[in-house]
Amino acid sequence: MRLVTLFAVTTLSAFGAPAFAATVDVPAGANAQERLQTALIDAKPGDTVRLGAGRFELSEGLSLDVANVTVAGAGEGKTILAFDGQLGAGDAFLITSSGVVVSDFTMQNAKGDGVKSKGADGISLLRLTVEWTGGPKASNGSYGVYPVASSNVLIDHVTVRGASDAGIYVGQSRNIVVRNSRAEFNVAGIEIENCYGADVHDNVATHNAGGILVFDLPGLPQMGGHSTRVFHNEVVNNDTPNFAPRGNIVAGVPTGTGVMVMANRDIHVFDNHIDGNASAGVMLVAYLQTFTDPRYIPLPRDIVVRSNRFGRNGFAAVWPGGAEVAAAVGGSLPPVIWDGVDTYTHPGGAAETIPARLAVSDGPVVNLRLKTQGAPATAAQPTVVPNLITGDLREPPAIVLPAGQDR
Amino acid sequence: MLRFGAATLILAIWALNAAAMSAPPPAPPVDDAALMADAPAPVLSAYHLFTDVHGRVPAARVTPYDIATPLFTDYAAKTRYFYLPPGKTARVDGPCLIDFPVGAVLIKSFAFPADLRRPAADVRRIETRLLIHRPTGWVAQTYVWNDDQTEAVIKRAGLRVPVAFTDALGHARSTLYGVPNVNQCKECHSQNGVLAPIGVKARNLDRQVDLWTGRGLITRVSRIPTGATPRWDDPALPAADRARAYLDANCGHCHSRAGLASNSGLFLTLEETDPAVQGVGKRPTAAGRASGDLAFDIAPGRPDESIIVHRMASTDPGVMMPPIGRTLAHDEGLALVRAYIEGMR
Repeated sequence: MRLVTLFAVTTLSAFGAPAFAATVDVPAGANAQERLQTALIDAKPGDTVRLGAGRFELSEGLSLDVANVTVAGAGEGKTILAFDGQLGAGDAFLITSSGVVVSDFTMQNAKGDGVKSKGADGISLLRLTVEWTGGPKASNGSYGVYPVASSNVLIDHVTVRGASDAGIYVGQSRNIVVRNSRAEFNVAGIEIENCYGADVHDNVATHNAGGILVFDLPGLPQMGGHSTRVFHNEVVNNDTPNFAPRGNIVAGVPTGTGVMVMANRDIHVFDNHIDGNASAGVMLVAYLQTFTDPRYIPLPRDIVVRSNRFGRNGFAAVWPGGAEVAAAVGGSLPPVIWDGVDTYTHPGGAAETIPARLAVSDGPVVNLRLKTQGAPATAAQPTVVPNLITGDLREPPAIVLPAGQDR
Repeated sequence: MLRFGAATLILAIWALNAAAMSAPPPAPPVDDAALMADAPAPVLSAYHLFTDVHGRVPAARVTPYDIATPLFTDYAAKTRYFYLPPGKTARVDGPCLIDFPVGAVLIKSFAFPADLRRPAADVRRIETRLLIHRPTGWVAQTYVWNDDQTEAVIKRAGLRVPVAFTDALGHARSTLYGVPNVNQCKECHSQNGVLAPIGVKARNLDRQVDLWTGRGLITRVSRIPTGATPRWDDPALPAADRARAYLDANCGHCHSRAGLASNSGLFLTLEETDPAVQGVGKRPTAAGRASGDLAFDIAPGRPDESIIVHRMASTDPGVMMPPIGRTLAHDEGLALVRAYIEGMR
């Protein structure tokens, strides 16, 4: 059964951990659902729930609502949480408390999202593998790891494969680090959406439909995404045909996209290796759909693309108009594509033009000159320029996580 | 065998004694100390909220109530009560949640009649859920009834219970009913991350508010009207009003600005007035595969192209809405929401 050991905790955390914390061991084996869920319910702030090696066959999504708890397995591939028989509770592991650390296990075949954290101040996902073992399929769960409406988010050494939306997805959050992680065979590899302040670095995004996406969408409690640095990543061979259900925003990501920035401001893309992405190396675009939210700005602006190592990209663009644009500019697309949209109409109001200050020194750049938000790419009047420097743009500061979180 | 025989003998003697008495002994009062204790009682009967072993006869100060438009839970029949400690009253201030004092308990039992067309016959009680108002806030507990229907035992980690019944149209139905774990209680009962009641809003209680005011159970602290939530099954009311009330009761606890689904931007409480946040022409945010290849939460006039309908009709754990609290689709609720969307222009 469960072994409980007590040891003194020498430091008090920001979340009010008690002076003593317990480690609760939950071995694999029969009745895993009730034993593990009970341990997660009974945990006290500061406790560690330690999952043994072996398979945990789970029949329901798990949940944790206690602050400052660590849930740690015996290692990826050693501790396996298997959700093949999941009957209910969409998210495989839902965390609704702050200061939680989840580490060192493999999660397989969640019916909905993998690890979701809502509303946390402090969430760390470390050394996890979240996968759908049947390969990329539209019936796979949506997100692998999914912190949302949270602050101080750390995703480190996480591997996600097979998500039918985004493998690593951070939404409506602030102060985020995604590093040393691997996303493959997902629709989107890594997606930062409606976030304030993210560093995405030293990751590998490969064999997704799209590698790394930085998006801002209308109609959400947190909008106006800004200040994300995407650097030192391997964004290579994103070539899995987009298998997202229609209607989702990522269903519009062309198969073979390396990095895509949609809306947002102060996004810096640098020092990445971007190669083998058939539709585009880096794509800077406005939100394409109509919207009713008067607070929303659909344009990408204050964007820097520099010092990336580009291989062969944009050699077989599948986005509408892509082939025509390629033909017009000499057969293959340059590494950076900007839609040229700098004007949009406020819902129920007047048109507004916002100068899209760009600093793209990684040319050549193709400007599609679509001008107005909502214009389809088939209306492009492409022109290629060596570089595109229209502003002197300061890099957002490096993300600093609380000292106790980033050890 | 010996022990069993002795127990039977004792029971028999007790029964004889009870029968010999001219009046039954007075039922013990509700055990306030047990309700306020940190650890939940192992069995429901320890609280003395009911005077019979079957949990059907409420104790003194335990008041039954009904709400205009309830949450669908696999066609379970629900009985609801609230308990107020001696000397305490609840406060009503307009249409919103009734302010229950510390010490109050909300009690809800879930049961299945063998045949929904005969709701009083062959009723099998599955679980009784409590929301207890402690000085530190509300806590949730769930008790699961035994096969003999004589005691309910605390169940904190959730449970699947096979149930079978005949539905209103005479069709046989069966499912693996889900008793929620205590975290799941809070997934619905969450207001900015704090556990809170949902259904006991004055607007859901209609004339009961006046009734209880007259009995001294509640105090009206303002003249703000309490309003009246439309009854989802009242054919005299417009489908749109009934559907909004249905979505409020079945979705609005999560899909609200303080609820667990606040990040979706889809807000389905009756207090919302902007059609866009109610899903009309709204694109999905993080629905993933659950969008079912559809572009809008509500496509006016086109229920078959509306994600809300798709997810209400689903029983796939990664698609269905609500994600907990049901395993079956609610045919009648679905028909109502379809009619509401059909009627939109």
